[in-house]
Amino acid sequence: MYVAVKGGERAIANAHRMLADKRRGDRAVDEIGVDQIREQLALAVDRVMSEGSLYDRDLAALAIKQARGDLIEAIFLVRAYRTTLPRFGFSEPLETADMLISRRISATYKDLPGGQILGPTFDYTHRLLDFALAAESETMPPATSPVDPAETMTRVTDIIAGEDLIENNPQPADGQPVGDLTRDPLAFPADRDLRLQNLARGDEGFLLALGYSTQRGYGRNHPFVGEIRVGEVEVEMLIPDLGFAAPLGVIAVTECQMVNQFKGSKTEPPRFTRGYGLGFGHCERKAMSMALVDRALRAQEFGEERKGPAQDEEFVLSHSDNVQATGFVEHLKLPHYVDFQAETSMLRLMRAANARQAGLPPAEAAE
Amino acid sequence: MTTAYNFAYLDEQTKRMIRRAILKAIAIPGYQVPFASREMPMPYGWGTGGVQVTAAILGPNDVLKVIDQGADDTTNAVSIRAFFARTADIAVTTKTSEATIIQTRHRIPEEPLTANQVLVYQVPIPEPLRFLEPRETETRTMHALSEYGLMHVKLYEDIARHGHIATAYAYPVEVAGRYVMDPSPIPKFDNPKISGSAALQLFGAGREKRIYAVPPHTAVVSLDFEDHPFERNKFDHPCALCNATDSYLDEVVTDDRGGRMYVCSDTDYCEDRRAHGHRGAQLAEAPAGSALGQKPNIEAAE
Amino acid sequence: MSLAVSAPLAGSFLEPVFDSQRAFRAAMDALAHPGVVQPAGHGLPDTPLPAAAAALVLALCDYETPLFLGPSIETLPGTAAYLRFHSDAMLVTDPAMAAFAVIDLVRDGLDLAVFAQGTPEYPDRSTTVIALSPGLTDGPPLTFSGPGIAATATLQVAGLPAGFAQQWRANRAAFPLGVDIIFATSDAIIGLPRSARLSKDER
Repeated sequence: MYVAVKGGERAIANAHRMLADKRRGDRAVDEIGVDQIREQLALAVDRVMSEGSLYDRDLAALAIKQARGDLIEAIFLVRAYRTTLPRFGFSEPLETADMLISRRISATYKDLPGGQILGPTFDYTHRLLDFALAAESETMPPATSPVDPAETMTRVTDIIAGEDLIENNPQPADGQPVGDLTRDPLAFPADRDLRLQNLARGDEGFLLALGYSTQRGYGRNHPFVGEIRVGEVEVEMLIPDLGFAAPLGVIAVTECQMVNQFKGSKTEPPRFTRGYGLGFGHCERKAMSMALVDRALRAQEFGEERKGPAQDEEFVLSHSDNVQATGFVEHLKLPHYVDFQAETSMLRLMRAANARQAGLPPAEAAE
Repeated sequence: MTTAYNFAYLDEQTKRMIRRAILKAIAIPGYQVPFASREMPMPYGWGTGGVQVTAAILGPNDVLKVIDQGADDTTNAVSIRAFFARTADIAVTTKTSEATIIQTRHRIPEEPLTANQVLVYQVPIPEPLRFLEPRETETRTMHALSEYGLMHVKLYEDIARHGHIATAYAYPVEVAGRYVMDPSPIPKFDNPKISGSAALQLFGAGREKRIYAVPPHTAVVSLDFEDHPFERNKFDHPCALCNATDSYLDEVVTDDRGGRMYVCSDTDYCEDRRAHGHRGAQLAEAPAGSALGQKPNIEAAE
Repeated sequence: MSLAVSAPLAGSFLEPVFDSQRAFRAAMDALAHPGVVQPAGHGLPDTPLPAAAAALVLALCDYETPLFLGPSIETLPGTAAYLRFHSDAMLVTDPAMAAFAVIDLVRDGLDLAVFAQGTPEYPDRSTTVIALSPGLTDGPPLTFSGPGIAATATLQVAGLPAGFAQQWRANRAAFPLGVDIIFATSDAIIGLPRSARLSKDER
């Protein structure tokens, strides 16, 4: 007897219950607090804020808890929340030169005004599992920063620009509003503002692989890390009714400025070129990858031959978003039996026709 | 949580943006209008385009039906219906004739639709030329110039290789003599129903950020050739439950020895026929109104 | 943010969420069924413009849609400020920059060519014209066919300028470019999408 697949509603309710159960895990273990995630899984929180395009540590931490630590799922939760928020406008460009710095390094100068500040980095740690962390640790004294909070540090690219050795930062045309691909769907070719927004929201792993590919010859652009700086900057917004920019608050960001191979022409002296990366919180790998890909995507602007995937604007921008990608890949789980039925019928028809041509009885080819 | 969100989930600004795109889509039948698709609380590829269109047109007096593969009780259809019942508190139905808005994935209901109904399709890849030309910049120019030769070449290659066009679903159509359009992955069996329908048909592609439309009473032609005209596929069997010979059938594997049965994919159509006394082979011996004649109602394994 | 409002403004929708949905559905039905009169203008008891036209602006426009007002509407006391305040739309003086335009057929005339026509790649980047009409059923009849129309549809919009048939033929000839019109009175609208074709014998 035919058994229909039925009871979808109950199946979903059951699945939700089981998900909630698995999320909680063993009840003998304390439930993790959103504040613990926010404070102790801060880099996961930063990634969710960056790719979720919403600067809110508490919401990102909540999303990570709800997603059982699946960061793409958490990013998705944050995006679906963000999209319901009203958009009031856009901020003034961040003045990262005024950043309150917690980390700042340059690969292009041994020493420079303000110095190299390692800050909280994995860079020179030995990757040995620290079994002491598995035990409850005793109270830790707070670490003190060697940086004077009042000190601002000149950006390395500004130092290079002082000698006119690097291209000028492109300036937006007056009165030209900054693009927002969450408000206007991307059209190609895209301007750099939209490309950078797309990359800032893009999947870290995807950008990492693309950036890496440029280093391996698929669109090589000879990068140097001019500077990576991590710290806090003030966000300001121009309020037309007030006539001046009002501060909205302070956010933590990571900025990476790559200094890339030089360009020149008969009329222009040769200069280094730029690749730019920026993300919320502490996200060096993402910011560096973004800067590599940003520079690669400028190939056309510099008359470079486009031969690597990282230089292909449509390819990169259309596939960088992990919320889109995961949705579409995973939608293959949905039923497709109507289409499969259509294909099966077609296949049987073709096999029957082949069999007829070969003079076989039809039963051998089709039912 | 329901109260934290607006009626039908979307904020009013987003609805306005989608509504403007819908108006343009209706005025330019078959043209894919770019729209600033939002992240929705369900994943891309699971109906976000259809859900946004439905949310933008839905009013408190609408009656909503949601189907996936023709059925009201597939999990994703259940989930989307529940989403609107929860966020918009509107009436829902499984009866095609009672619905004012029908959101669908992969099927068009068998019962002809009427002028006061809107059919909303969920679309994964709206660009009919995408698999021939991956670049948006190229396909956009091709649409602008009505340059559809590539599509005809592809279909003709099918004929050269297989003796007939081998596209079984998402079969491309020409709308009102101008735009070539992807009808979404409906089986080509459903293509003729798009043309001249009394209902407005709206197509939403969330991930790809496109909305397009076929207004009522619009000529929609499945692409073909004079010597190889478009053919709607037919089934060798009637529905095993309601004996319909004019509906699209799902193939159901009944045992592991090659046993098969064929039943209507449109569950409402099938139920309605059975309620009117039609009996297929599987139910022939059961008297009308007996348990077997009712909607199959056996819990799936979870 | 509501800063100082110098003059008292007429009210917006009584129930913004539901009234704008109704106004939109009327517009959707109007364009999907050209020539069929759709009741509209609900929830706007107090507006300086005929309510069905005002409802369209409030339901469809916001800061993302440049709005052009015909001279007679721009100078109608309180109207520009009303539309701007309640829709947040940016007013533009160049009709070719407008996503929406409101004009009065009788006082402003109608020249379809001045509006944004879209581009071959993006024919949707065109102006939707909301045209105030003295009546939707008592003008000279014009017969159309095309998408949304079963056989033919007869429009009897009053106040159409002389030579409208010619203008519409040019608009249709440019398809998929062109403008769409929604004719409005105080309580009803009627749609004329660019896809509608004027029958041959109309002059």
